Amino acid sequence: MSSDVTTGSTPIKRGLAEMMRGGVIMDVVTPDQARVAEDAGACAVMALERVPADIRRDGGVARMSDPEMIEGIQAAVTIPVMAKARIGHFVEAQILQSLGVDFIDESEVLTPADESHHIDKHAFTTPFVCGATNLGEALRRISEGAAMIRSKGEAGTGNIVEAVRHLRSILGDIRRIGQADSAEIYDWAKQLQAPLPLVREIAESGRLPVPLFCAGGIATPADAAMAMQLGAEAVFVGSGIFKSDDPAPRARAIVEATTHFTDPSILAKVSRSLGAPMTGIGMDAVTERYSDRGW
Amino acid sequence: MGAALPQLTVGVLALQGAFSNHLSILATLGVEGRAVRLPVDLEGVDGLVLPGGESTTMSMLLDSSGLREPIAELLERGLPVLGTCAGLILLSRRVRDGRADQRGFGVLDVETTRNAYGRQNESFESTVDLRAQGSIPGIFIRAPRIVEVGPGVEVLGTLHGEPVLVRDGVAIGCAFHPELSGDATVHRLLIDQIGRSLTTVADASQED
Repeated sequence: MSSDVTTGSTPIKRGLAEMMRGGVIMDVVTPDQARVAEDAGACAVMALERVPADIRRDGGVARMSDPEMIEGIQAAVTIPVMAKARIGHFVEAQILQSLGVDFIDESEVLTPADESHHIDKHAFTTPFVCGATNLGEALRRISEGAAMIRSKGEAGTGNIVEAVRHLRSILGDIRRIGQADSAEIYDWAKQLQAPLPLVREIAESGRLPVPLFCAGGIATPADAAMAMQLGAEAVFVGSGIFKSDDPAPRARAIVEATTHFTDPSILAKVSRSLGAPMTGIGMDAVTERYSDRGW
Repeated sequence: MGAALPQLTVGVLALQGAFSNHLSILATLGVEGRAVRLPVDLEGVDGLVLPGGESTTMSMLLDSSGLREPIAELLERGLPVLGTCAGLILLSRRVRDGRADQRGFGVLDVETTRNAYGRQNESFESTVDLRAQGSIPGIFIRAPRIVEVGPGVEVLGTLHGEPVLVRDGVAIGCAFHPELSGDATVHRLLIDQIGRSLTTVADASQED
């Protein structure tokens, strides 16, 4: 006899994250963009009203998107649809869950709603992805129930440097914890301000208990492949596609680069004649660092 | 079966999705798993796994990587294959609610419906009843539903009476994710099938 059916369990939440490995998740603001993303081979889309580059330009308070535009994007594609809630804004998350989005991004790109608490993600059926700049932050988010971690990078800049810093920090500390003896594990937990059982788990497995993706500043196929070679398991591309000259071929090229990330000859082939990438900005010109948001 | 089988190599389509989970399970079974991203990676494989992930993404990448034709040829020649979730969709002869440009390999005489159980909030864990005996854990993530089964297809596993694990000749299709539960039953089915196929080939060549 078949037994009962359980939804929203940890394996089910992490399982969807596992299915997105090796893929590209693209920010889209209209159903048409969502279709372009799906045609290009995106493994999911992030539905939002403004891409990070525009949020950065416009300033003001950035909030959850209008449910109507999220539903429009859900209707346009068959791949998973993600949407963003503000850090700590559990009611926005409740609304997104009721809309049936497939993943909720508790995102530093939006203006935080709570300056010390993140959302209790265990209280939801819908899985969450959260950003992190270092391993301690990643483990705190996982302990709150995140089913996927992404580097924060610096969204809307088209500049990969911060995402590289974050990936190197997270993955470097995982490698160092793998070398730690049993007494040092306690100190790691203290230094990272992270739960001891999670630090132990990493020491044994050599990896995060959830998939680690790269986000924040990817603009080219080479950026995506670099993130993958550093150890990311998939990539988010925010402004980098639809702020470029010719989004469709660039989107497709980034998908191919993410799959063939170790093959420079394929990377060279897909990088040809894509038109201008988004202009991007240097970190010195960034007045507000989104990656500082989150606790 | 007295002589030991040669070291088996099973290719795992590694374009997108949960391919590394399959490679881990194959390793626990003593089989050499090989990530397949380009046609050259198919050389000498004894079987193939098409993993879960997004079937639209994999379909696009099958074309851009040049893998579609060589895989279709190998399957036509009887290469044992296991498709899980998106992989099941790629193996199905007919797909409902697929994209118009989505093409599969059609070696499993079943009709599947994509995302038939709903969105992620409806994804679930349950127990799959095996036709032989016993049960195995079933992790269903935005899973496809097998809505029609052709006459030559064996139903090997069911959920609440519906087929979720099927075999058509040397092709095995699975709506759930054995690579996530850690239960190797489904992968053993593939390896047993490879064993039978190799024996058949050996017998045939002795008759020549």
